[in-house]
Amino acid sequence: MITIKQLSIFLENKNGRINDVAKVLAKEGINMQAFSMAETADFGILRLIVSDVEKAVTALRAADFAVMLTDVVCIQCANTPGSLSAVLDYLAAENIFIEYMYAFSEGDTARTIIRPTDLPRCIEILQKNHCRIIDTYSL
Amino acid sequence: MIWNENKECMSREQMHELQSKRLRKLVSTVYHNTPFYRRKMQEMDITPDDIRTIDDIVKLPFTTKQDLRDNYPFGLQAVPTSEIVRIHASSGTTGNPTIVGYTRHDLGIWQESIARCLTAYGITRNDIFSVGYGYGLFTGGLGAHYGAEYVGATVIPTSTGNTEKHVRLIRDLGITGIACTPSYALYLAETIEKMGVDAKQLKLRVGMFGAEPWTENMRKEIENRLHLNAYNCYGLSEIMGPGVAHECECKNGSHILEDHYYPEIISPETLQPLPYGETGELVFTTLTKEGMPLLRYRTKDLTSLIEGECECGRTNVRMTRIVGRSDDMLIIRGINVFPSQVESVILEMPEFEPQYLLVVDRINNLDTLQVQVEVRRDFFSDELSTMLTLRKRLADRLKSVLTVSVDVKLVEPNSIQRSEGKSKRVVDKRVIE
Repeated sequence: MITIKQLSIFLENKNGRINDVAKVLAKEGINMQAFSMAETADFGILRLIVSDVEKAVTALRAADFAVMLTDVVCIQCANTPGSLSAVLDYLAAENIFIEYMYAFSEGDTARTIIRPTDLPRCIEILQKNHCRIIDTYSL
Repeated sequence: MIWNENKECMSREQMHELQSKRLRKLVSTVYHNTPFYRRKMQEMDITPDDIRTIDDIVKLPFTTKQDLRDNYPFGLQAVPTSEIVRIHASSGTTGNPTIVGYTRHDLGIWQESIARCLTAYGITRNDIFSVGYGYGLFTGGLGAHYGAEYVGATVIPTSTGNTEKHVRLIRDLGITGIACTPSYALYLAETIEKMGVDAKQLKLRVGMFGAEPWTENMRKEIENRLHLNAYNCYGLSEIMGPGVAHECECKNGSHILEDHYYPEIISPETLQPLPYGETGELVFTTLTKEGMPLLRYRTKDLTSLIEGECECGRTNVRMTRIVGRSDDMLIIRGINVFPSQVESVILEMPEFEPQYLLVVDRINNLDTLQVQVEVRRDFFSDELSTMLTLRKRLADRLKSVLTVSVDVKLVEPNSIQRSEGKSKRVVDKRVIE
């Protein structure tokens, strides 16, 4: 599958909660590859890309975290001004709405996680325009 | 099945006669053996001769929890302590606990009462029955225990505490029946799921649940998760313990064992008796008890009575579900709110765990009600807007049911304290000066 499984974790706004998640994953030897946090006044949702999805879900649920999986798409582009904009232009032109996205970059490459409203169509458009999509195995 | 057809299915005329006979004897006993009642009756200018039939019960004085506390420990006992073979105490959190002494005769009636309940639920000598009520001063454990032994079931005194061990016993011994509080039943279901045991594979068939008020939605939740038939069992230690009333296979109200425990419904404000069908405070008179007989004991439980023969064949009066306790009732900005109302709303929404806590506070002289509810471990939305909409839906629904506005707080799974006995659903932080 060309999509990636993202962990979504419900967290109350309490001191040390993100660290509690990190500790559970550390204990299981699971690496966090990217994450972002969306929050309201009293709760938030931590979105997380990890090295071993199934193991992470089992360990976190066993530690009483509310965890679910969400399909997202990860695109790679050059870490230069304007390259993300080019990709987003393709999506905007086809009316693909993005619910949320977050990015991480290293050296010459940048990767962006996108959660669009219409995932299959989003992938279709990206492929048609020869954008590089990163799957679970090459992440 | 019916344990004692003679008593449970007797005609209304026979019942009236039996109750009248027992009441006359009771009034004469307390008048002569309990100074507290003699004084009260003298103050009201009545003597045992004024009580001819059960209908004269309205002439008698009420008894309250405060009377029991004021006469702590043995003031209301009607026999010498040498006749008492067991003592239980209520779980009162304030003031003196309530002490209840039982004679050997009382214990016999108690086990007969529980036997009637269990038989109505379909428990027989062929069942393996686990008692998950706490053993000790609380009446639940020993009460259910001796009743189940009396029926002849194989009884396991599991008590509360080690829930994982309890699950293993249910699985390995093929336990078919269980007695515990409804909130503990849910905790047991959670533990079963967490241990990776398939509830469908267990032999559990019957649950006897009581000692705290619960809703019809809670019944559905327990039945779906534990794959058993969940029945209500009503009781209170002051009157006897569990076994005062029980449901039957029809699950349409709880049959009151009114040959032993005579029920009335009164208005908590005017103290006047209310007719069948009207909701008010439940009052009991112990018609056959020796150790600590009580006249017209005010239970604070709010319910109504149903008249008429049940499809199961029993003819005794039934009571509907407890709406709440007059002392559980929260008054928020002048409006009466019961935790059970909150529970039924939450259990209607599958997006949440059936675990909740009401936090009441007073901020700037205004009462506030916060309802904390747990999101499900594996079922919520990844999008904040959806979560906020869900929270609003619950808040709107609560507001329409309670008629006060509620602040809903979504909390993480398992963050609300689980209980093994009676659950604590309310934290009232208001300081009343």
